[in-house]
Amino acid sequence: MTQIEITEKIVPFLVDEFEVDAELIKPEANLRETLQLDSLDYIDLVVVIEGNFNFKVSLGDFQNIVTFNDLYCYVDSKVNASQESITT
Amino acid sequence: MLNRVVITGIGIYSCIGKNLDETTQSLYHGRSGIILDPERKSYGYRSGLTGFVESPNLKGVLDRRSRIILSEPGEFAYMSTVEALRIAGIDQDFIDRNNVGILFGNDSSAKAVIFANDIIREKKETVMVGSGSVFQSMNSTVTMNLSTIFKLKGINLTVSAACASGSHSLGLGHMFIKHGYQDCIICGGAQEINLYSMGNFDALGAFSIRENAPHKASRPFDRDRDGLVPSGGAATVILESLEHALRRGATILGEVMGYGFSSNGAHISNPTIEGPQKALEMALEQSGIGLKEIDYINAHATSTPVGDASEAKAIFNIFGGQGPYVSSTKSMTGHECWMAGASEVVYSMLMMGHGFIAPNINFENPDEDSSRLNIVAETKETNINCFLSNSFGFGGTNASLVIKKWDHK
Repeated sequence: MTQIEITEKIVPFLVDEFEVDAELIKPEANLRETLQLDSLDYIDLVVVIEGNFNFKVSLGDFQNIVTFNDLYCYVDSKVNASQESITT
Repeated sequence: MLNRVVITGIGIYSCIGKNLDETTQSLYHGRSGIILDPERKSYGYRSGLTGFVESPNLKGVLDRRSRIILSEPGEFAYMSTVEALRIAGIDQDFIDRNNVGILFGNDSSAKAVIFANDIIREKKETVMVGSGSVFQSMNSTVTMNLSTIFKLKGINLTVSAACASGSHSLGLGHMFIKHGYQDCIICGGAQEINLYSMGNFDALGAFSIRENAPHKASRPFDRDRDGLVPSGGAATVILESLEHALRRGATILGEVMGYGFSSNGAHISNPTIEGPQKALEMALEQSGIGLKEIDYINAHATSTPVGDASEAKAIFNIFGGQGPYVSSTKSMTGHECWMAGASEVVYSMLMMGHGFIAPNINFENPDEDSSRLNIVAETKETNINCFLSNSFGFGGTNASLVIKKWDHK
């Protein structure tokens, strides 16, 4: 799965779950501020990511995710790591 | 000095009307809100009968956070409370500047509990239930959510007392205000109506199985009643001290004159005559209102053979053969359980405001006990100056309220 494919998959479910305008979701935008996330919302972020990509997400993983681009890279690394593990 | 306690707002979201106007029409015309739900039958219920009201669409009304933590009874209660606050003339600015509390009756939130545990069983981890589930699951789901939505700063408490929950919420609100602890409290009751809410109650065989005639199924006091019909929604009653209401120029709808309560001290589900009678007598004594001044009794009568007979005996023991008009609005609504005590005060307030008594529909043949009461089987246009409302619940909890029309004195 390419990062473009990942991005194209993530944006719609973030729009749907957090009810934000898709145009606000730009790679360099701040994830927490744009989605107006509070501590409870991060749990729902875990739910939608796990539900859509089928890998285990830890709340601690979000400590290093500031922008949407960080999120895309995080998902990319997890998805492709799991695919590599399946291949090998 | 004790405060007088008045009603300044009422709101309703029920199977016979999603607002006060619709509900008044249904009460006047004796319309039933009971349906046969095929999903209940395929799920395994013995009876598929239920009162039905659809969940409100709150998207665009409440923000995402408020919506995803709001349970079904919370959604119903939000609707009835918005209406009651509007009637009371209380806006957010007033709430922000005053110490408004909430005391709401609720005794379950099954759907959220079941959904969450289905997910945990399947996924083998808890996080996948999301952030909203715990706030939907607790008995206090209604008060915790409404106090957050309306930013309430006074008493914040759920009253769980089975089918007397709503009635006790008004009674306790009355006590808080009477003794000066609060000036204004949002009281009420809410009852979920979803598929998962009533299966264990159905297991007791207490529900009517007159499935070929849903509108005829709930028939309190009738000789041929065969059980209750579960129902739900929410009702809100705004209570204030008289002084507080007058100071802000509120329109006063009625005055809570007495709150009686008791516990049967007996069986978990079988009623007694003495327990309810004690609650009625306590409410009447506290009200200072003579028996002849009670114009109407909104009976608890749920349409079960034993329960209706016990209440009929309790009423007869107090009022004798020339007692007030009696009807059970559950004949139209079904048994609104945790909500019932509050909704039946709202129904009675609507009757008092519009000068009629709603019929106890399906009362076709009295039995030995109901024949001794003055049961209203057809809509009766008459002035109600004072009414009594009964609610009884599992565990033998009893509550009676006496409410009087406001006469500017």
